Amino acid sequence: MSALLALLAGAGAGAYGFRTARRLRPARRYLVGALLGTLGAVVVSVLTGGCAYSPEVDAAQHILGIAVAGGIGLAVASGTSVVLASAKGGRDAGSIGSDIRTGTYRLGWWWPWALLLPTIVILVVFLYVPAVQTFTLSTKLVRLGAPRQIEVCLANFSELLTPNPWILVILPLIAVGVMWGLGLWKRRASLGSMSLTAATALQPFGIVVLLLALYYMFNGGPRGYRGIYVNTLVVSAGTVAGGMILGLAVAYLAFQKVRGMTVYRTLLIWPYAVSPPVAGILFFMMFDPTAGIIQHLFELVGVTFPNYREDVFLARFAVIAASTWKILGYNVLFYLAGLQNVPGDQIEASVLDGASAWQRFRYVVTPSLAPITFFLLITNLTYAFFEVYGTIDYLTRGAPAGKTSVAIYEIIRVGVENRDIGRGAAQSVLLFLAVIGLTVWQFKQSESRITYGGGG
Amino acid sequence: MTGLAVGVRKKNWFRGRSWPVHGALILTTFLIGFPLAYAALIATQSNPDVFAFKLTPGDSLAQNFQDVWFGRNLGRYMWNSTVQSVLITVAKTILSLAAGLAFVYFRFKAKWIVFFFVLITLMMPTEVMILALFRLVSAFDWKDTMAALVVPFAASATGAFLFRQHFANLPNDLAEASQVDGASPLQFLTKVLIPLSWNTIGALAVIQFVYGWNMYLWPVLIISKQEAQVIQVGLQNLQGIDVGLTYGPLMLAALLASIPPTIVFILLQKPFMSGFSITADK
Repeated sequence: MSALLALLAGAGAGAYGFRTARRLRPARRYLVGALLGTLGAVVVSVLTGGCAYSPEVDAAQHILGIAVAGGIGLAVASGTSVVLASAKGGRDAGSIGSDIRTGTYRLGWWWPWALLLPTIVILVVFLYVPAVQTFTLSTKLVRLGAPRQIEVCLANFSELLTPNPWILVILPLIAVGVMWGLGLWKRRASLGSMSLTAATALQPFGIVVLLLALYYMFNGGPRGYRGIYVNTLVVSAGTVAGGMILGLAVAYLAFQKVRGMTVYRTLLIWPYAVSPPVAGILFFMMFDPTAGIIQHLFELVGVTFPNYREDVFLARFAVIAASTWKILGYNVLFYLAGLQNVPGDQIEASVLDGASAWQRFRYVVTPSLAPITFFLLITNLTYAFFEVYGTIDYLTRGAPAGKTSVAIYEIIRVGVENRDIGRGAAQSVLLFLAVIGLTVWQFKQSESRITYGGGG
Repeated sequence: MTGLAVGVRKKNWFRGRSWPVHGALILTTFLIGFPLAYAALIATQSNPDVFAFKLTPGDSLAQNFQDVWFGRNLGRYMWNSTVQSVLITVAKTILSLAAGLAFVYFRFKAKWIVFFFVLITLMMPTEVMILALFRLVSAFDWKDTMAALVVPFAASATGAFLFRQHFANLPNDLAEASQVDGASPLQFLTKVLIPLSWNTIGALAVIQFVYGWNMYLWPVLIISKQEAQVIQVGLQNLQGIDVGLTYGPLMLAALLASIPPTIVFILLQKPFMSGFSITADK
């Protein structure tokens, strides 16, 4: 109830902020709206006595309570302003609201609704309702199949985090500060200056700081989230890096003009159709400690190969190898499509200038592939977050000692195997936040790409 | 693979001899195809052959097939997966076409709200809310039914936007002409729009069929009766680690499970590829 009020307050303040700040520049207008939204949400939830502010709960939950209220306020406020802005823009410029075309049907008002109804009903019942339920379940202790529920406020979350309240306050501020500062530096630097080069080079540093801050914010204990966080980070980073680098290399190779390329390409892209569970089974066979080919090959040269189900490094390597192999065809497909768009005249010019094959690749081909690389980065990350479940389930089942249990695997282990659906839902919320963060990042990136005209 | 249309623009910026390229390509094809080729080899062998690391095909293929198809009910799982994937593909295509039609060829007040409502679902992967969805669908009493495998996935935001984009790029006067002819929106859809959209429909069909066929986590949770199970989960029956695992049948089953999506992929290769180079271009 108090959460709902906080949300409404956030929306109100955000919308108000957006209205009053109309004369400011768009970026500042969003900032003002978001800040007012946060403030409104926090004040209202403190006044209405949200459970996170009652004196019984620990400091971590107080902090989380403020963060949650702030987050809701921020999301609602900026969401409202984005929606209002595009609705306004839509009416003015005809992007969404009105129509570019003249050939529209003028029939009964119910026509479009009848066409859209099945889609809307399914999305509401099977996406929106479960999404809201995930959030409400995450504040409870619920056993799967049992009717009794206990309200635990944010305890499901705070037990995943470090008990030290100072770390929880300071680290996120540092991370946000570093990222914001780096962004500001890059925007302020003049075009072509040394400063801009340095700022661009340091840009990934902000992400490193954020990842490190999260590492120290999660609790390292058995109930904590640090282990799962590290597993997820290692497996998804390995899969994405491996899949994209190999994908680009193979696509570049398959872009050469030799006879029989059609056959080569079909063979190279085909693993796209293989499922993640089957990829798990195939690598399960190859890595099998008694009958697998890899074991055998190592024996032939007189090296004993450790059992991958007991060796942390090998187990993770096997998962990464299997999921990289599965996603490779997809990446090759998109990079091949992207290579079609590399400007041929620039290539020819660089050949005339005497650039080596590597220089040609590095300075002409790679930059023009940037949009497709970014697209693949997002799709590969989504794949590494979710689809990897089937691969792991057939390959390692989280072994050894849960070191290959990534976020989605752990959600099912906690929520279904241990029947502890509230704790599972809390972990789902964390993953949800990660996905939302990635989407917002993608949205901002593609927006800036459009302004620079590098849409490929 | 002609959809990628490399041959159209003959840019000869790679000079030199072609045999190193052939060599590299053959090596890469071999490496990428190795897990499948190795599985095909094992699929013909009995356990003693596997443990002896024989690199020649064994003579147990028929026996292994007998084992998986009749002994382990693989045929039933494959049938269930086929029904599920076809239903998902058909439902998503029809609903996406209808949504695309509504978004492009109708004016209505709350259009942008509906649009955002659909757009937002792009950042709501089912996996994130799978526990709540499981509780919800269990409460519907849909456990072990085909409805549980199809209905929650019958709508597609991606599909709706793909068709919206595609229709918006079609010539303006199509709709006017058919209105003058007195065609209803549904006639316009079936007689004019669908014949102009086969590439998009084909590309979407490949994605949706492969998506449905490869679905794993959801059937693991919602289907517990063996007769109602799908192939990706049914493979588990063959993989009892520690209890006398026979490798041949497992590999054969994994290969059989990959055949239907491969057939769909090869049959619809042309629209799939050209559909993709369009979306990749924007």
